This record gives sequence, structure tokens and C-alpha cells, in this order.
Amino acid sequence: MGFGRFAEPTATDTMTLTANTTANPNSNPNSAGKDAIALAEQARRVAAFGMQDRLFKAVTFSFAALVMLALAGILASLLIKAWPSLEAFGLGFLVGTRWAPNEDVFGAVIAIYGTLVTSGIALAIAVPLSFGIAVFLTETCPTWLRQPLGTAIELLAGVPSIIFGFWGLFVFAPIFQEYVQPLLAATKLPLFSGPPLGIGILTASVILALMIIPFIASVMRDVFQTVPPVLKESAYGLGCTTWEVVRNIVLPYTRVGVVGGVMLGLGRALGETMAVTFVIGNANRLSASLFAPGNSIASTLANEFAEAAPGLHVSSLFALGLVLFLITFVVLAAAKWMIQSGERAAGSK
Amino acid sequence: MSSIYLRRKIADKLALVLSLMAVVFGVSALLWILWTLFSNGLAALTLDFFTQSTPAPGTEGGGLANAIVGSILMVGLATLISTPVGILAGIYLAEYGDRSKFASMTRFVLDVMLSAPSIVVGLFVYALAVATLRHFSGWAGTLALALIAVPVIVRTTENMLRLVPGSLREAAFALGAPRWKVAIVVTLRAVRGGVVTGVLLALARITGETAPLLFTALNNQFFSLNMSGPMANLPVVIYNFAMSPYENWQSLAWGGAALIALVVLAINIAARVAFSDKVQA
Repeated sequence: MGFGRFAEPTATDTMTLTANTTANPNSNPNSAGKDAIALAEQARRVAAFGMQDRLFKAVTFSFAALVMLALAGILASLLIKAWPSLEAFGLGFLVGTRWAPNEDVFGAVIAIYGTLVTSGIALAIAVPLSFGIAVFLTETCPTWLRQPLGTAIELLAGVPSIIFGFWGLFVFAPIFQEYVQPLLAATKLPLFSGPPLGIGILTASVILALMIIPFIASVMRDVFQTVPPVLKESAYGLGCTTWEVVRNIVLPYTRVGVVGGVMLGLGRALGETMAVTFVIGNANRLSASLFAPGNSIASTLANEFAEAAPGLHVSSLFALGLVLFLITFVVLAAAKWMIQSGERAAGSK
Repeated sequence: MSSIYLRRKIADKLALVLSLMAVVFGVSALLWILWTLFSNGLAALTLDFFTQSTPAPGTEGGGLANAIVGSILMVGLATLISTPVGILAGIYLAEYGDRSKFASMTRFVLDVMLSAPSIVVGLFVYALAVATLRHFSGWAGTLALALIAVPVIVRTTENMLRLVPGSLREAAFALGAPRWKVAIVVTLRAVRGGVVTGVLLALARITGETAPLLFTALNNQFFSLNMSGPMANLPVVIYNFAMSPYENWQSLAWGGAALIALVVLAINIAARVAFSDKVQA
């Protein structure tokens, strides 16, 4: 018998309890038999409780274990299916720069480059904007606006990615092509060279940024709200401006949590499929320009998997999936560890 | 006024203006997306849209009836499967998972799967249910969607259950209730609003998921209720039609996108507004 929050009432405990409470010092020998029967009945019921509880624990445990099994299954299936490709190319798969299904030559660099570049640029755009939104929501927003605005941001976070991709292709890309890309091309940088197609790596990055802004903003807002008001009030009392409070009190206090939130957004951006597939242009070649079409791991899978020739092609696609899963796993694990240690520092867990 | 003071004031005002601009940008992006979606898509939501199946390439008219029905079937079944699994796993983590190493590992795995790329889940289900059986099926699509919904439901259920004060549980124990009864009849019932919110949020999430369905349920041009074969579903149909050169296909894609956005927003708003005091996402 333990003293934890959920001390299980074991059969023996309750039996002793009932024995002590129902033992009647005034009982005559005739009712002693009835007491014994009542006791036995109670003991039987409590023993049944014990068995029911054990069954309940086993059932819920097995469902929780199912989740672990699913993850193990994902890893195992990816490894098994990717094995032929890994065997054929070895680690050269990760540095191969050609992806030619008709020649059975597969290299992951194009896809990995596309994934990393789009996610990186998306993060570069999204983090300052999300930071601004989170600062506004926690510091300067009038109280009546706080709840609806927060809800609006969370609604934006819930919009499915296919809507973003769809909108990106039909509405954003033409506008981007006509107004923004010529401006960028005028800088004559090799980064913005090539024909302004409207779709391409840069467009995909911007759409991705739009997707992850609400996500990072709500994580940042939650993290900012863990700062003890006493700290901020004492800073205000010393005469700090709002921005100084944010920069010198809130940010250092929540630094780890903020970085964790950013990495969560990065993890989300790395795995994003539909928002990217619509606008990235689906071209299996590398280019130094951001205007050029490219491919990310997720968009390669989305475009080629359904019609891939069985054998090395399918296996290489699985290998790409394995690479993506491992990258996002590492990023998410690091993010979670950071957020948890940030919350521990704040004392909320 | 000293120049330092002025500088501080300017920096503060600048920061606040920038943050306000960020908010305006974010909200206007949302409004812009919704505006174009609904102005282009609502016009396509005619009666034909809901009653006719997807048209063959090059033919006129048609609707998305088979895609809508297929999506409803798969999303509904996936929610049906994932809700009990998620709630029971959440009960385990909340009631028995305080000091257990296994429970903290499961929580970690859950968070990873919550944010894992959905296309990888699609790959897994493909390897499990499609490659082995040698045909695409609605069941595979349902399984993929359920795998995505379960972590959401588990996390919400566990968070909600942890909010229940220990005194409520202890009172139930003191009355002699067995542990399973306390967990289900007392604790779970106390937070049933929050748990329903979690299920609704999971439902909203899987309604819009495309990637896991791309190579599990594939797509079906005809109306079919057969779950053991390829099933039409809204997101994949939108994906295919949007990239096509046909006018009617594109307008159908707009209508489908508007429908998905409407449904997802409605579910999200219902979950957050109706249970606003019990939500902990």
C-alpha cells in the first residue's frame, strides 16, 4: 500500500477496514453469522474490483503501447522497404546529385536541398513575423481583442495545407510573378536570376512561411505567458519601455522555449507536403537561383510515388522518406527537450 | 529630453509598430486566403456539385459527390477507430503514468508522431496495407488518417484528465469505487467537454489531410462505396484537378477547396467557442 496520489485500495486494506468498522462489540452470537456472511460478500466484491482494475490497467496500457508500436512500425517499414536502394547506393545516396528514374540512378541531394532551402527561408521569414505577433498578443494588445485575435491566429494554424498550396498556385504565384519577382530580379543577384516563373523554390518558401507563422506565433505566445508578471512589473516600475521589457526580461527568460518553438515550426516545415508540392515546380535539378523550380523530399514522394516503377525507384523513394523521417525526428526531439527544460526553468511542470 | 531617453522611446515605438504590422500581415493573409477561396469556390457549390460524380477528362459538368462521400466515409471511420484508442491511451498516461518510464517514453513518441510528416505515415501504411494486399483501398486510407488522429486525441485527453483535481478522485475512492470506475465515470465525465474538443480538433485535422491518402486510398473516378478498393476523396481530387488544364475541373477544385476550408473552420470554431473554457490545445 503506497501513499501516492493514486494509492490503489487493495483487497486486504479494505477488508481490514470493513472488519474494523463492522465488528460490532454488542453483537450477540446469532448475528455473528450474518456479519461473517456480509464480510465474505464484501471481500468477494472487493476482490472482483481488484481484478477489474488489473484488466482496466492492462487494456489502457495496451492501447498506449500501440502508439509505440506504430512508431516502431514506421521506422521498421521504412528501413525494410528502403533497403534495396541503400544496398545499391550506400551512403552515396545522400550525396548523389542525379535523380533519373529511367536510368535507375538516384541521388537524394536535389530533394534534400529543396527541403532544407525552402524550410530555411520559410523560417527566416516566419520567425520575425511570429515574434512580432506574439509580442503584440502578450504586451500591447487591448484586452478585448486578445481572445478573438488569438483565436484567429489559431484558426489560421488549422487551415489544411492543401488550401495553402491551392491558393498559392492560383492566387499568389501570378501576383508574385508579376510584381515581386521583377523587383528581386532587378537586384541582379545570381540568387534571383532566371525567368520569373511565379512558382519555384522562393514561392514555396513564402507559402511555407505563411503556413508556419501561426504555429510558431502560438507557441511563442504560450511561452511568453509563462513569464511571472512580477518580473515584468518590476521592470516597468523601474521605467522600462515595453520593448525593453520584452528584450531584456521576457526574451532571456523564455529563450530556450522560444528556440524550442522555432524548431517545432522547423519540424513542421520540413515535413510539409501539399503546400510545397503545388508551387515548387517539380523539377529534378539543382540550381543556384531561388526562382528556379526544384523539388523537396515530400514533393518528390507526392509526385512520383503513385506511379513509381517497383524495384529501385520505389525503394529510393522509401529511402527518401526514411531520410525525411530521421531529420524531422531529430529536430522534433531537440525541440521537445528544449521546451521541456524551458518549462522546468519556469517551474510550471 | 536627453538623447538616450529619446532613443529609447523611438526604439520602443518602432518595435510596437513592427509588431502591429506583423499582426496586420498575419490577419490579412488569413482574410485574403479565405476571401479568394470563398469568392471563387462558393459559386461552384451547386446542386450538381453534391450529386454528380467526378467527370472524365474533357467532359463537361460533373460534381464531387463520390469524393465527398468517400471523404466522409474515411474520415468518419478513422475518427471512430481513433477515438476509443486515443481516449484509453490518454487515460493510461494520465492515471497510471506519473512515475512510469514507459509513460514518459510514450509521451515523447506521441509528440514526435504529432508533428511527424504525414506523408511518412502514408508510406508506412502503404508498406503495411497496400503493398502486402497489392491494391489501394479505402481501409488503408482510413488507417493512415487514424494514425494521424490518435496522437491529437491522446494528448488532449491526457491534458484534460490532468486538470481534474486529485480531491475528486480521492472522494470517489473513499466511497469505495474501483479504479476503472473512478477513471471513466468520475474523472473522464468531469472533462468530457475537453475530450470532445480534442476529438473535434483531430477530426478537423484529418479532414484536410492529403498526403497520407495519396498512395493509400489513391483516387476513384467513379462513385464507389467499396472500402477494399481505391476510394475517391476530396483532398486528392482537389490536388489532381487543380493541376489539370480543364476549366470545369479547376472550378470543381475551387469548390472542393472552399468546402474543405468551410468544414475545417466550422469544426475548429465549434470546438474552440463551444468549449472555450475547457480547451487546452
